[in-house]
Formats: sequence, C-alpha cells, structure tokens
Amino acid sequence: MLEIEIDGTKLTVPNGTTVIEAARSIGTHIPHFCYHKKLSIAANCRMCLVQVEKAPKPLPACATPVNDGMKVYTHSDMAVKAQQGVMEFLLINHPLDCPICDQGGECQLQDIAVGYGGSSSRYEEEKRVVPNKDLGPLISTDMTRCIHCTRCVRFTEEVAGMQEIGMAGRGEHSEIMSFIGMTVDSEISGNVIDLCPVGALTSKPFRYTARTWELSRRKSVSPHDGLGANLVVQVKADRVMRVLPLENEAINECWIADRDRFAYEALNSEQRLTKPMVKQGGVWLETDWQTALEYVGNGLKSISRDYGADTVAVMATPHSTVEELFLLNKLSQALGAGSASVGGRYADERLAAAQQGAAWLGQPIADVAQSKAVLVVGSTLRKEQPLLAQRLRQGAKRGLKLAILNPADDELFSAIAAKLISRPDQMVEALAGVVKAAAELKQAAVPADVAAAEPCAAARGIAKVLVDATAAEGDRASVLLGNLAAHNPRAAELAVLANQLAAITGATVGWLSEAANTVGAQVLGLTSGNLLSKPRKAVLLFNNEVEFDSHDGQAALAAVKQAEMVVAFSAFKHGAVDYADVLLPITPFSETAGSFINMEGKLQTFNGVVKPLGDSRPGWKVLRVLGNLLASEGFDFDNAEAVRKAALPQGESGVAAKLSNTVNGVAVTLQAAATGLVRMGEVPIYQADALVRRAPSLQKTRDAAAPLAGLSPATAAQLGVAEGDTVKVQQGEAQGSYTATIMAGLADGVVRLAAAHPTTAQLGAMFGSIQLTRA
Amino acid sequence: MTVYVKGVVFDGVDFDDPNSWSIDAYIQRGGYAALKKIIAEGITQDAIIAELKTSSLRGRGGAGFPTGLKWSFMPRSFPGQKYLVCNTDEGEPGTFKDLDIIVNNPHALIEGMIIGGYAMGITVGYNYIHGEVFEAYERFEAALEEARRAGFLGDNILGSEFCFQLHAHHGYGAYICGEETALLESLEGKKGQPRFKPPFPASYGLYGKPTTINNTETFASVPYIVREGGQKFLELGKPNNGGTKLFSISGHVNRPGNYEIPLGTPFADLLEMAGGMRGGKKIKAVIPGGSSAPVLPGHIMMETTMDYDAIAKAGSMLGSGAVIVMDETVCMVKALRRLSYFYYEESCGQCTPCREGTGWLYRVVDRIERGLGRPEDLDLLESVGKNIAGRTICALGDAAVMPVQGMLKHFRDEFLHHIEHKKCLVPGF
Amino acid sequence: MMLTPESLAQIDREVAKYPADQKRSAVMSALRIAQVEKGWLSSDTIKFVAEYLGIAPMAAHEVATFYNMYDRAPVGKYKITVCTNLPCALSGGVDAGEYLQKKLGIHFNETTADGKFTLKEGECMGACGYAPVLLVNNHTMCNHMTPDAIDRKLAELN
Repeated sequence: MLEIEIDGTKLTVPNGTTVIEAARSIGTHIPHFCYHKKLSIAANCRMCLVQVEKAPKPLPACATPVNDGMKVYTHSDMAVKAQQGVMEFLLINHPLDCPICDQGGECQLQDIAVGYGGSSSRYEEEKRVVPNKDLGPLISTDMTRCIHCTRCVRFTEEVAGMQEIGMAGRGEHSEIMSFIGMTVDSEISGNVIDLCPVGALTSKPFRYTARTWELSRRKSVSPHDGLGANLVVQVKADRVMRVLPLENEAINECWIADRDRFAYEALNSEQRLTKPMVKQGGVWLETDWQTALEYVGNGLKSISRDYGADTVAVMATPHSTVEELFLLNKLSQALGAGSASVGGRYADERLAAAQQGAAWLGQPIADVAQSKAVLVVGSTLRKEQPLLAQRLRQGAKRGLKLAILNPADDELFSAIAAKLISRPDQMVEALAGVVKAAAELKQAAVPADVAAAEPCAAARGIAKVLVDATAAEGDRASVLLGNLAAHNPRAAELAVLANQLAAITGATVGWLSEAANTVGAQVLGLTSGNLLSKPRKAVLLFNNEVEFDSHDGQAALAAVKQAEMVVAFSAFKHGAVDYADVLLPITPFSETAGSFINMEGKLQTFNGVVKPLGDSRPGWKVLRVLGNLLASEGFDFDNAEAVRKAALPQGESGVAAKLSNTVNGVAVTLQAAATGLVRMGEVPIYQADALVRRAPSLQKTRDAAAPLAGLSPATAAQLGVAEGDTVKVQQGEAQGSYTATIMAGLADGVVRLAAAHPTTAQLGAMFGSIQLTRA
Repeated sequence: MTVYVKGVVFDGVDFDDPNSWSIDAYIQRGGYAALKKIIAEGITQDAIIAELKTSSLRGRGGAGFPTGLKWSFMPRSFPGQKYLVCNTDEGEPGTFKDLDIIVNNPHALIEGMIIGGYAMGITVGYNYIHGEVFEAYERFEAALEEARRAGFLGDNILGSEFCFQLHAHHGYGAYICGEETALLESLEGKKGQPRFKPPFPASYGLYGKPTTINNTETFASVPYIVREGGQKFLELGKPNNGGTKLFSISGHVNRPGNYEIPLGTPFADLLEMAGGMRGGKKIKAVIPGGSSAPVLPGHIMMETTMDYDAIAKAGSMLGSGAVIVMDETVCMVKALRRLSYFYYEESCGQCTPCREGTGWLYRVVDRIERGLGRPEDLDLLESVGKNIAGRTICALGDAAVMPVQGMLKHFRDEFLHHIEHKKCLVPGF
Repeated sequence: MMLTPESLAQIDREVAKYPADQKRSAVMSALRIAQVEKGWLSSDTIKFVAEYLGIAPMAAHEVATFYNMYDRAPVGKYKITVCTNLPCALSGGVDAGEYLQKKLGIHFNETTADGKFTLKEGECMGACGYAPVLLVNNHTMCNHMTPDAIDRKLAELN
C-alpha cells in the first residue's frame, strides 16, 4: 500500500494505482477525455494534468502511478493553468455547433469547457474541417468535432479485438476513420458512441430525434442473449428513443452488444400487433380482447373435449419472462397438455430427460475469464454471446488459454491455444477423443463409452490445454457448450462427454445460454422437447415464430398449418398471419414488468418503461384472463410481482437449488466417420429473436446479410463449386438457391447455411443432411 | 564534406577512398580489435561499463545522457529477451553526422553495438535508419553482411558463447521517430507516436522488453574507448564533456560539413575550420544544437566554446551538435516561419497541446511574415508556447516552442518591425 | 496475386528480421516494397500488405498515412522531393525548389502533363551539409543541386 495526499486529503492505495484512480476513490474528479478505466492508457488529451510535488512540470493523472508519499494538487495554480491551456487547444478547432449536436447536454467537452474554458477565443485563424466517414448503419459521424482522444480506436483494438477504427494521418491532419471502403462491423461497435466524449460519434438511429434532457431514464434488462445485460432505456412521450448500458461489472461491465442497444427500433415498428385479431372465413378481423379470448377459450375447450388434451401444444421462446412462462406452463398443464416447451430449436429429445436441473453457466459470469483455460464446444461465440466473447478475449490477453471444438474456425479476435474443427454430426466423436486423451494424460480411467475413440492430434492438444490449466492447486478451467452444441441432434451425448471431461480434468461444465430466460424456463419446469413431432390439433405460440424458432422450420411450419387452431401471442404481426386463427397482441419487454434468469442463475427483474402500445397487453395479464376463462384455479394475480412470487417462492435462492449441468441415463454411441454433406445451420445474430428481426438498422449491418452457402475449399473442389457460384440446396422436399462462398476454416463435408432467416426458413433441419449442386 | 580533425569516430578513415567503409579497410585501421580483445581476454561486462563511465561519454543524439550510466540500467540478469537499438533516425534540421558515419565508417557502429550487446547481455539489436537516406540504409545492410561473414555477428561470435544478431530497419518520413519511444513504436510497425514514460525503455522497450537505445555516434565511439581506454577518450575533451564530437555545420559558411573535434573547442575556431562566413558577410545568429535549440546571436557564439556546459550557459543546447550559421541577410521572421512549419508538419498529432498548438504557432508567424501581424501577436506566441511546453508526452512540443522563444528573446525588434511595416527588415531568406 | 513473387520474397526477407510473432514490424518495409513495385499505395495494395502480414488493414493504413514518403495517390515516373527546411534554404534549397517548378512548369504536389515528374516539398533529409538536396523516387539522394546540377539531372532522367 502507498500513501498519497490529494489536495490535502491523505489516503492509502494499492501499488500500481494511478493518480486519477486514487483521486476518484475519494470523490475528487479530475477532468479527462482520453482516460477510460477499461481501455489502455493513452495520456494524449492532457486534460488531466495535475501538479505533483517535486515535479517541475504538471503530470497527467491518468498515467502517473502513485508513489509513496506523493502530494498531488488538482486545483493549484499550476494544475488549473495547465488544464485551462489544454481546454483552449481543444476548443480552437472545435466547431461551435452545440445547438445542432446530438451530444449537446451530455457532452464531456461541453461540461468541462464550462469549468475550464475561456469566455471568448484568442484563436483567429481558420478552423479545421474534417470530412465525415461512413462507419455503417449504426454510428453517425461528425468528424470536425473529434478531439482525437482515440478511445474509439482503442476500443476496437482492445475490447472488440479488431482494429476497425484508426487514426490516420498525423499531426493536425490526423483523422479518425475506418479503413477506406469498410464499415465498422463488430457486434459490439455501438459502445464507441458511449465512449466518444464529444459529438463526433453518435447513434445513427437516434440522430436528431430527441435531446438528452427530454429523456427519462429507466432501468431494464436486455431480452436477447443469456447474459442479461443491464440497460438504461431512455423514453420520451411514451416511446423508447434509445438504449444505453447500465454499468454492472458482474454482468455486462460498462458495455452492451449492438443488439442490446439498437433492437429498440423494433419496439416502434410498424409491424407491431396492436389489436387482437381473429381470422374468419380466411379474413383477419380486428376485435376486442373479450371476444378474442373467449374465442380462444372455447376453441381450446372443444379441441380438448373432442380430441383429448394431449393434442394441444403450448410453445414459447425462452425470450419470454419468468412470469409469462410460469403462467403459460400452468395453463398448459391446466389444459391437460403437459408442460409447455421452449425447445423449438432443440433436436435431441434425450437431453431434456437426462438433465438433472436447469442447465446453466456453472459459475458466475465474472469467473469465466478467470479460468486458466476454457474449451468452447459448438458456438459461433462472437455472434451468440458478444459480451461473453469479449470477456474471454480479455482473459486470453491475461493468459487464459482458449480452445475450441467447432464446425467452423471463425475469427474470435483472441489467441486460440488449441482447436479441433469437426463436422456437426461428428462433434461427439471429436469430443470423445478429447475425453480419452485427457484421461490418458491424467492417467485416469478412460470412460467405457469413449474407449473406442481415436483422439487426433488436435484433440490431444485440447486435452493438454485443459489438463495443464488445472495442474496447479486452485486453478480452474471450464468446458462451455454453445448453441451449436445445444441445437445439435446429439446434444445429450455432447453434454455427457463435457461432464466426463470436466470430471477428469477438474474443469467446470457450463452452458452458454441462448436466450435471456433460457435458464428461467428450465427452472420453471418448461420442457425443451419438440412438441410438434406428433400432429397437434391446437397450437399456442407464445412469442414463437415457428419458421424461425424451430430446429426444422419446414416441418414446424407444416405441423402448425395442419392444426385446427393456432393462437399466436405476439408483439408483432408475423408469419402467423398465414397459419394462425387468432393473433393476441402481447407487449415486448419494454411494456411489461417481468424478470429473466440469466446464464449465471441471477434473477433480474424490471418494470415496463412505456405504456403498452395500442390495445396490446403484458403477456402475464393475458394469460391470467385466459386462465380464468378456462375456469382454472390459481390464476388470480394482482401484479407481476405476485406472479413471480408464485413462480419462484424462494426467489433467487430457490433458483440456485435448481441449477445443475449433470446429465444421467444417456449413452454415448460412437459412430463411424460420417459421409455425405451435413448442414451447419446456425441462427444468425440478427435473426435470433423477434425484436432483432425487426430492427431496421441492425438489419442493415453486414451481420444481417442474407446467408451464403459456405463450403470448405476441399468440399467446394469436390463439388466443383467456386466462390460466388449459384448453388441449389436440398433438404428432403425443401430446396433453395444460394450463393456459394469458400470458407477456409470450415470442416469438410459441411454446408454452412444459416437457419432462421427468411431466405432459409423453408429448408429443413439445422444440422440435418443436405444436398448441394452447382446450379 | 567530412573533416576529421581529431577524435574517434573517423579515426583513420580515408574519405578519398571509396572502399574506406569496407570491413577490410576498417580492420586495417584497427577495427574490431576492441571486440577481439574483449573475447580473447574475457573482459567482463562490468569492466566495459566502468570504462565507459571513466570516458564520460555522453549520448550524442541530443540529450547528452551519460552512456555508461544508461548501460548500467539494463537489467543484466533479466530472464527474457532484451533488445539493443541504435537511433540513426537523424532528421533534426541541421544534423547530418550519422549519415556520414553510416556511409563512411559503418563498422565502427556495428562493432560498438556488438560490444553493447556483450556488455549488457543482449542478443538482438536493430539499427533504425532515417528513411530519406535510403542509400545509407543499403550501405549499412551491406556492412552487416560483411560482419556476419567475418564471424563478428551471429551465433558464437569469434568462437565464443556470445551471440548477437543485428538488423537494419528504415523509417519512411517522420521526424518524430528520432524520439526514442516513437522509434520503438515505429520499429514495432506502428505509427511513430511517443510513449508516456515511465515506464522507460530500460524496463519496457521494444515489444515490451528491456531495451537500451543509443545514438549512432555514441555507439561508434565505443570501440575506441574499449581499445584505447576511457581515460584517453576523456582527455580528448574536457571534464564532464569527454571526448571528441561531430559537429554538423550548415548555412552561411564556406565549407559546410561534419567536423570531428574535441569538445570544448571555441566556436570561432570551428567557424574558421568551416572556411569562415560565406561571401565575407557578418555573422548574425547561430542555432548551435539543431533546429530545436534556441537561437543565439552571433556575438555570443563567438565567445563560446563547443561543449554541453558552455552552450547551456550561453542559453541554448549543444543538442546533436548541429550548428546552423546565419549571416546578416537572414530575416528572422522567415527563418522562424520555416522552422515553425517544420514542427507543425512533424507533430505526431497525439497530444492536444502539440497537435493544436504547433499549427497555431505556425499560422501566427506566417501571418506576421505575410504582413498581417498584430502587435498583440508576440504576446500570443509566447503564451501559446507556454501552454505547449512541458505539457506533452514527448519533447517535440518543447522543441517547437524553443525556436519561438529564442527568436523573440534575441530578435524581438525584427518581429516588431515586420508587424509595423508589413515587410522584412533585411532582404535575404 | 497482388504483388510479384520478387516483391513477396523481399518482404519475406524483411519479416525474417523480427521475432516470429512480430511480423507487424515489417509493415514499413513491406509498404515500401509494394510502393516501389506499384508506384503508389492504393487502398487495395495496403489491404493486401496488411493481410499478408496478418494485421488489421487499418493498422497498415495508419502507417501508410503517417510516414510521408508513402504516396497515397499516383505520382509521376520520377517523384522529386526538394528539402526547403532552414539549413537547406540558407544554401539554396528554396531556390532549387523554385527553379524546378519553373523548369517543369508545375507547382509543388503537381505532376507534369506527360506523367513524368511529380514535385514535392520535403522536410529535413538529414543531409544539410550537402544542400541543396533532393530525393528522386524516395531512394536516390542528389547533393549540391544548383541550377546546373538540376539541369543535368533532369536531362539524365528524361
């Protein structure tokens, strides 16, 4: 510990603390622009110059480490003169366009200028004008305002992992820009808007729509991936205008992913469903809630009576709240239809049965990057879990060894210690090889069901990384399963093997939960089974768009089309317009109270930030009325909190008791090397849920581009396909025509063709067999 | 033109012989004897550093830091890779001595670096060469190849355990890379933006590893000191200003060029060696240590000796030993305008005061030169200068301000004349 | 292939100077080699070099725009850069620049209509004792460039 005195206040700080951090700890604010606690120190803006005893010159507080006995003066004549001098330099070339600047009112330059700026300028030469840059559909630029703090540059390089923004040129002619002709394509790019201390980088969708002082700020939780990023939703006149991160070091730190930030555009989408609708004689009619719900109630009663309750299927997506899923499940059971399902994208019926609890990350989010090694099995990590990928990237910089077992060697912008690229239908054999190799390394018993595995060099490499990482007492490793594992037709076997690997190496098993409430749904006892595998007479779809939210969009669509009654609870008019009989307008997360349980088992609650749009109603309220209509007991709840209490009587501690990644009763059956083509049908980042699908700006990003048919160079050569060729793809009866692309890191024999996209929804199973020919 | 008067760097070099740079010629004049002696006699690292300390050799790049002391900072027992770097990024207006060393006597530098590697336990070195002298870079590459073939560079040098690899790296047009941490950034393949210090290169240098950086002339002086002894080197100059030094003389003299002379030589003698003032004109001003050093009036210089202490006492800096001589026809406003443009052009753009301030200084001086000056401009220049100096990561900010301060201190009248009469007081550049 | 095998071989030799995980260090040489082959550095060329070295295109772009001997726009067959900094100016550097402008009929930063010459004003080349100095195509330095010497040089290049 070091002793330091700041403006006469004595304090002790740990070694390595900088002056600015020490000052902050006692509430002394030192003005700064380039300094940011999550970025490397640049010390270039010079705004934080302070006087340090015995130093002949003022020193930058951000870069000056505390020495024992140091005396710092942040407001002395020397310090203030230096700060005022810097402020003058920052302003001489800064435009006087605050009245039309989106940053106005939340601008650090504006704020600090009030304290340190002069009342008039001594600069009478010509001011600099800098051309604006096209950084893509999310970030708007006014580069003349830039003060060259390089926070955005450092963010892309250090946090996002790829230097997409740089400072080109030199001296006064330096310009912040992306590479000529390239946009900023990172899935977490929007954070540069928050980082920019001036109005140089602002939100493109938000541009010119509101002033900061007109907005009220409300806390919320991101409804997308399983991380549960904390949000500040900003509202004007009952409309969500923009979304910013709410800092929570344990979950999202100070970042959010672009989908957390920009998906709000969908909340105001013209596709919003605002009135209950009933189809009569093939024509959709708007109606009132009473009529619609009575129609649904009567329909369900008569179908149960005529065909039996087990012909009813109730399906939701795991983006729905705890309250909604609890009541939905209760309703399903009250109807006698068994558990509701959130498992539309799952393909392995064995998994749900084998799991001994709610599958989760197996550890707190913040602990993941503290592992010595992490093996990620089956994940498009950056796209599935943008912020967790970022955490792992920071971990890798500190020495965490990242290993992957995946069908594709996607760029993670992290150092990869070991990798095994395997086609989706052989991932079990690949992982079995790792298990066997690890057992051999540890001189442990090889589990019987992997005895026949033949570990390849890559499998041995991964095993060594895990075994080495856990060699020292107290060192941890993790085996994390992503969506490509969860959605795999042999997911249960992968889960068994992950547990075996963890048992051998001492690693922790975890699931990278797909959606905001994936863990919640399991805690509440919903199933992940595929309810459409047998014909149903009535289907209740809660937030579920079967063509996008199913493992086999084609089969699911056929299943709902043959049902007698389909009821879609949805915030949007979607594909159900073609196949449903009733559309019930429920609200998105921003218009309801609710809660999600994130991947680490944390229960996070939120309130609605705006009123329900039109006649739409929070899902839990609709289910309450429907439950009562069906004359079931126990649907009388006054508010969402009461629902939550009923759903989780012990609150978060009750949640913890239900978390488990143990799987029982599944045998691993190693198979001979697969032949033929297999599909890798991942869910694209901006097709994962109903909101991102309808967020116009996200849909303009490169990540939202129409899927291409990816082939490894060897497979492409075998098929006689070249980059850019049009290819015909067939799965069973379904077919489509796509543009081929050659992907160097893809496993051979794989056709990588994303699912859940309008251009691919008519195809079959995400990881099913597939035919491809040159058109 | 290069003139060897007395000293170490060009000792024995025949400037009329086009092959004088070659390894054969170098060996013939006693080259690589120091290295052979070290290897043969097993001279210790401590002994070499002690010899350097005795010599009182100070860094010839401009800062004048004692070399022996710098070498002793290198953690010799550091377990990982360490680097030795030579700074031949010579771009300070007025300075052109390192160019001559590389072209005429590259092996002195190579031998100096090998000895440095030995003394500090370093196995890899780089020489960063100014981009504009690309032919010198090619000459250095050729000399390196000679040294490798002769067994002075590479693995197991002269059959010993000692290994040292040395490579050439070129700049491509950025004055700032002469600043040692900007040079390291550039060597890493980045923009030449200086690093905040601490940490200093001795602990966090090239690729984050401990690194010692010296100037070309400094390294090239080392073989002599090892061969002849530190005391002998010291005695060539004067106490605390040991040895000889290369002075680059440019401007209004009859024989511009590099002059290797003992430190402490009177400026008047140096001027005479350089053939005196061109056209017999009167001396007006001298910038004694490269463009960043404050200008001094000619009459002050004529009474000063050329060494670190004397020039500092006169109010300027010896710097890299670049002496820019100006005669009575020079308009000091024009001269300052050109220098201010240089710093404006060469500012890396990292720190606010330098990025914004160097342009401001230039524009005001330019305005005065164009007859658009205002009486308050001189105070403005001084005030802006004060807000730049000492407020930036590296010394380029200070370097941009010192010419302004020096000019306004000694030639304020000329600036006032310009403002009042909207034209130059004198006719020339 | 964006660069000739000869150029790539030269780049590989530069890469070999640095530690295996520090290929980025070779970017300055690689851009120089690419520029010598192509005459100037287009964005495509910069991107190619970046990808060849395994660095972000923006990282190479920063380097290509920071150091002023890289040409980000096409130049004439001969790019002549004249030093006009103070020490050179005292010995005819500015005069040499003016003489060249008159002789070639172009200003600084312009190219002759026949595409043969581009004229640039340069900063200190570290050769002040040989003023006036100029660089031809970055790599050839010409000393003591009086009007007569300039005439001879231009005749030789023509």
